[in-house]
Amino acid sequence: MARALITVPASARHGEIIEIKAIVGHPMEPGFRRTQLGTLIPRDIVTQFACTYNGVEVFSADLYPAISANPYLAFFTVATESGTLVFNWIGDNGFSVTESAAIAVT
Amino acid sequence: MKERRRPANSRRRFLLAAGGVAAVLAFEPADATVAEMSDAMRKVVGGAPVAKGRVTLELPPLVDNGNTVALTVRVDSPMTARDHVKTIHVFTEKNPQPNVATFRLGPRAGRASVATRIRLADTQTVVALCEMSDGTFCSGSADVVVTLAACLEEL
Repeated sequence: MARALITVPASARHGEIIEIKAIVGHPMEPGFRRTQLGTLIPRDIVTQFACTYNGVEVFSADLYPAISANPYLAFFTVATESGTLVFNWIGDNGFSVTESAAIAVT
Repeated sequence: MKERRRPANSRRRFLLAAGGVAAVLAFEPADATVAEMSDAMRKVVGGAPVAKGRVTLELPPLVDNGNTVALTVRVDSPMTARDHVKTIHVFTEKNPQPNVATFRLGPRAGRASVATRIRLADTQTVVALCEMSDGTFCSGSADVVVTLAACLEEL
């Protein structure tokens, strides 16, 4: 299980725009590199990311080999209600990581 | 007389040939991959017109290491239910694959700004293409100089 780090403010005012940062441990092997013997290293990347806020998707991304190792994403959302944000990464070779973070909205 | 004319003639011929080689060197390598990027962009846009502007790409102008380059894409949009950014596509000219990432936002994003870290294989132009909620497209680009390339090194 890969390690994922998420930064979400623990509390926010209603309607406030909050920044969310998410990073997951993954080599993101692009599939274009060769070993010294000339054999191609097969592609192994994270292809999809999604963030849901109390079950509603607020941000998602399709990732390609041009994303650096340990893919980092920072984006914004409006704090509408207290609840949980669920983050999901899906990748090659059955890679799947789910993390969640709680937020209290006043 | 005949012998005298020959050097001038061959010099002219040499200059013409050199000019031709320079022209081929200048245009041919770039063309193939730039075409690939515009193909990928056409797939997203279809036949719709793309306006320049409203999209800002924040990239360092000089990159030491192409393996991790901080990229921020900002779109000038009020992000309301009526007028917001739907998707942002990022493309590169000279990476092995033109696509970099596709971000899907909505009115709940609040601010049209996404940051990530990308790989760059060469000195090139990075383009962000953005689809608005009313179906229009706009784009922005940034030029980057890369000294150490990513993606293609041997292990």
